[in-house]
Amino acid sequence: MALLEITGVHKAFGGIQALGGVDFHIDEGSIVSVIGPNGAGKTSFFNVITGLFPPDAGGIFFEDTDIGGWEPSAITRRGVARTFQNVRLFPNMTVLENVMVAQHCRTRQGIWGAIFRTKAFQDEEALIEEKAKGVLSFFGTRLVGYRFDQPAFALSYANRRRLEIARAMATEPRLLLLDEPTAGMNPRETRELTGLIGRLRDEKGFTIVVIEHDMQVVRDVSDRVVVLDHGVKIAEGSYDEVSTNEDVIEAYLGRPAGERSG
Amino acid sequence: MMTRSGTFDARRAVRWGLSAGLVMVFTSSVGMLEAFDGRMVVDPILSLGYLALLWFVPVAGYRASVTQALEGMEAPEPGTGNLIAGLMTGAAAGAVLGLFTLLTTAVNLRDVFIKLSPLLNDLLTFGLDTGPGVILMFVIVTLLGLGGASFHLLTAITARRLVLAVEWVVIVALLERVFSQILRQIGLGSLVTQVYRQGGLRIWSAIGVAAITYYLIGRVKFPRSFVREKLTVPNPADRTRNTLVAAAIVFALFGVLPWLLGSLLSELLSTVGLFLLMGLGLNIVVGLAGLLDLGYVAFFAVGAYTAGVLTSPISPAFAPRISWWLAVPVVIFVSAIAGLLVGTPVIRMRGDYLAIVTLGFGEIVRILFLSDWLAPVFGGAQGIRQIPGIPLGVTTVSGANPKTIIYFAIGLVLLAAWVSWALQSSRIGRAWTAMREDETVAESMGIEIVKAKLYAFVVGAVFAGLAGALFAAKVGSIFPRSFALLVSLIILVVVIVGGMGSIPGVAVGAVVLIGVLGGPTQPGLLQEFAEFKLLIYGALLIYMMLQRPEGLLPSVRRSRELHQEEFLQDAWLGAGGEEPDEAAEAPV
Repeated sequence: MALLEITGVHKAFGGIQALGGVDFHIDEGSIVSVIGPNGAGKTSFFNVITGLFPPDAGGIFFEDTDIGGWEPSAITRRGVARTFQNVRLFPNMTVLENVMVAQHCRTRQGIWGAIFRTKAFQDEEALIEEKAKGVLSFFGTRLVGYRFDQPAFALSYANRRRLEIARAMATEPRLLLLDEPTAGMNPRETRELTGLIGRLRDEKGFTIVVIEHDMQVVRDVSDRVVVLDHGVKIAEGSYDEVSTNEDVIEAYLGRPAGERSG
Repeated sequence: MMTRSGTFDARRAVRWGLSAGLVMVFTSSVGMLEAFDGRMVVDPILSLGYLALLWFVPVAGYRASVTQALEGMEAPEPGTGNLIAGLMTGAAAGAVLGLFTLLTTAVNLRDVFIKLSPLLNDLLTFGLDTGPGVILMFVIVTLLGLGGASFHLLTAITARRLVLAVEWVVIVALLERVFSQILRQIGLGSLVTQVYRQGGLRIWSAIGVAAITYYLIGRVKFPRSFVREKLTVPNPADRTRNTLVAAAIVFALFGVLPWLLGSLLSELLSTVGLFLLMGLGLNIVVGLAGLLDLGYVAFFAVGAYTAGVLTSPISPAFAPRISWWLAVPVVIFVSAIAGLLVGTPVIRMRGDYLAIVTLGFGEIVRILFLSDWLAPVFGGAQGIRQIPGIPLGVTTVSGANPKTIIYFAIGLVLLAAWVSWALQSSRIGRAWTAMREDETVAESMGIEIVKAKLYAFVVGAVFAGLAGALFAAKVGSIFPRSFALLVSLIILVVVIVGGMGSIPGVAVGAVVLIGVLGGPTQPGLLQEFAEFKLLIYGALLIYMMLQRPEGLLPSVRRSRELHQEEFLQDAWLGAGGEEPDEAAEAPV
């Protein structure tokens, strides 16, 4: 059964068609890459899934529940988490706080617990902190120790990307949407992150959709590749199938002069 | 090579001098010099008026003669250049003031500038004839400019000691009411007249204060670092013990406070408490959750009117006359509802729009209480009178006995401070912070924005409602005009000046602004300032925004936010100047 099943999703901003009837599905435990030239609608696709923009038409079924038009927070609680293309951390919160805050939807202590510092509240706080540290230790020594108390803005670029993934992991999702996780990284960091995406599935059991421009990463991580162009899915299949598909090559490179498409 | 020690920037010096001159012209023509002249700072030689007039000149002299070193170059030795610059600054300032004095003596401008009285001219010329007077003032101002500049020649510690010595003389002099009251209460009343005269220090006591401060700076540990050290000792058992001792001392201090301070100062302090309570509430809304609420006074009004209607015997249509204690839960409930009512429609608004809409709500609430339509319940412009106060055993606590009401103020403030702290360091507090940082991302990380915002509004409203209930019991009669827009703004200024998001900061802000300068209608410690209160508020706010936007006692997060670059530099230097893993691998 597909974990996420999307049928005919449309989204337009004014006269601009961002998504024009996209069908998509991903099975539990697989990694699917979404590629396409700039402006193809990849990020809009993520925004529609996570509820930042409700779809104009079409169904978004997560474990057979239609989550189309839900509040973003409700979708996150249901089990979908994401990162952002242009890293969006909470810059003035510490590394640890960034991850702690992401457990909001998995915890429940409210105002009274906080004011009276009840046993339940203290236990929950301790658990949140412990889990946050656990999540951060997934990245080796990069985000632990003295880093816990550093504000997020003080991190290096690559570490910010890692922290953003950690924050998404802390919401305890089933489906993880990574928006260009290797953008701006150097080759070594990119290689490392490629391995990390695999580990996210193998060790943590996340199902992953990743938007990516680096074709080497796409080839290494994906079980399946979906190509979007102008808000429409133009191809789908294994990396080898997609990379030789004429429509895809045309979308990326344009068509030779004098030729006309049918 | 020429030595650089004699260089100075003449244009810069004159520019500073002209600014200082204009500041003096402004201070005199708004009447500050005249109004403050009755109050002494150092008895025969310096009145508060002259202090207000002249203080900026040495500051300008100092700033004008700062020698700017280019990066990577050796800073020039301080020397005659600085002194000449200071002298020029002073002379320029003195010239402006002198021309102003000549102008006001020669031309009658009083029809427009009503404060330009003959008395002002007397003060500006020290009671001498115009000629010698102007010259004397010019010389004094010039020397002050020079004096400011001469601080560059001192070693850092000496300069610091001198500045602090002067500051403390002024502080001790201005707090005359507090110190003399305390001295009288502890049986040293005879000392008062020997130390103080005409609201200021006698010259010998001023010298004493200066000498003590000068000696102590850098030689004794200051209480703050001492306390911090004691409260953060590593051993938990010791820490608990130290915390208990500190708490006991604080409680004992609060216990004797009203007795020490007497009625007038207790009254003042309970006003500070009221505003601090509201400041803490607004701090949650603005400082933590980042929702700029300019109509915060509405909740204060709702609390006061709820308590008033429920306890007063003469509210026309509805007067249950219940006790204040029973009214408090109702106040909490009603202000929480008010928080929801204001919060719900503005949930989707951000930033400026939110500020404008809440501003409107604040006014709507005041106008509703003023309206004829609701007059049967709320008394319209007549307000609600004969609010009985807080029944406590055999007596009733009201504004008539400020020494008792102060305990209620302190109690509520401590409660509010605890709640603020507890919420700040909890799941909901983290959600507020995240929301303030980036609302969209917070939403995608599973935070229910609507709920989080409403929580902030409701908690803030309840704090203000409680302040209102206490206010009603304290003053005994409430009118719509007690809840003007100005109150909202002043609470916001308290929060901003103190330090947004920081509980001790808000406390400092309330003490400094409300306690020393006074609230929107309440007099502060320096009653002479009453007329110029808003002017000083404004000047202080502008200064803070330019020089110290994070407030007097900022929260860690906020100062990080406003000084990211410096912080990054520190972090970089702290890490030994290199980023261990990535920097080594960065593509060449």
